[in-house]
Amino acid sequence: MTSSEHVTPVHAHIPKVGTLVGVWATLVVFTVITALVATVNLGEFNVVVALIIAVTKASLVAWIFMGVRHTTSLTKLFVVAGLVWLGIMILITASDYTSRTWTYQAQPWATNPAGGKSR
Amino acid sequence: MAETIAPIGHEVGAADTHLRHHFATPAQQMDAATLGMWTFLITEVLFFGGMFTAYAIYRGIYPAAFASTSEYMNVKIGATNTIVLICSSLTMAMAVRSAQLSKRASLIKYLIATMIFGTAFLVIKGFEYHAKWVEHLVPGFNFAFPEHPEFVHNAQILFFLYFCMTGMHALHMVVGLGLLSYLLIQGSRRVFHANYYAPVEMIGLYWHFVDIVWIFLFPLLYLIGHWHL
Repeated sequence: MTSSEHVTPVHAHIPKVGTLVGVWATLVVFTVITALVATVNLGEFNVVVALIIAVTKASLVAWIFMGVRHTTSLTKLFVVAGLVWLGIMILITASDYTSRTWTYQAQPWATNPAGGKSR
Repeated sequence: MAETIAPIGHEVGAADTHLRHHFATPAQQMDAATLGMWTFLITEVLFFGGMFTAYAIYRGIYPAAFASTSEYMNVKIGATNTIVLICSSLTMAMAVRSAQLSKRASLIKYLIATMIFGTAFLVIKGFEYHAKWVEHLVPGFNFAFPEHPEFVHNAQILFFLYFCMTGMHALHMVVGLGLLSYLLIQGSRRVFHANYYAPVEMIGLYWHFVDIVWIFLFPLLYLIGHWHL
């Protein structure tokens, strides 16, 4: 066993206070912006703008507050893999719900067992 | 002090790194802990992701009914809670920093600040839930939608998702407050220092993750469709 004088330290990257406060200020500003933009009618783009701001805020929290920028490549790979899996879940579920009713539209001779026109 | 019998690979003293025998160095142990914590957080991403997927699908199927619920969402309360959580994330990051620098007093200070912000969030959330109950907007219990009777069924799906998502989020906050109390006790016992602060860092990751969930809940539940008003 090593004695306490020969302890190998945890080589941590210690963030600067200014960096943390800067991220906090940016997050607050983005929160105000997203709340203000929501009062303007942008049609479909209200959702798009809200999500772009949310993704930016989440990335800032993950990258700086959660320290992903100073983690190992393996941890970064895990983080990205998690997001890819989330994408697979949303994409495949959405494609299912979008295309469920297509079968009978593409085959007009077939009878829809649900009866009537599909949605 | 009399002889202290320490477990194998486990040192005792001010520089105790809690190094387990299957790790070569404290740095390697820290990397493993970080990877493990992120693996857990990915399962949490997919857990909340399932509810976000359900929200997206139903919003696509019933856009008009979902838009009609915007006027019942209190944007001021939602925005206030967003700011409160962002502040708690800053104090949590400062707590981790204090532990990294072996600054015990400021670790305790920032942990308490984080807990105050977390509790404030839950109290505000409680008032919001109470308002929803008074306005007869709790699906399955007292739901009534007299302004838009045509949406009485489909709007309930949104409020069901609202209570599921914010409820699970609030439950995570309660768990987080419990974990922070554990850090507070251990921190006051001088357990954490520059060479051992893994629990502070890991619970910090959890706390920031819960903040990220709210960063998505706020625009999706409160803001989209807000311009109608």
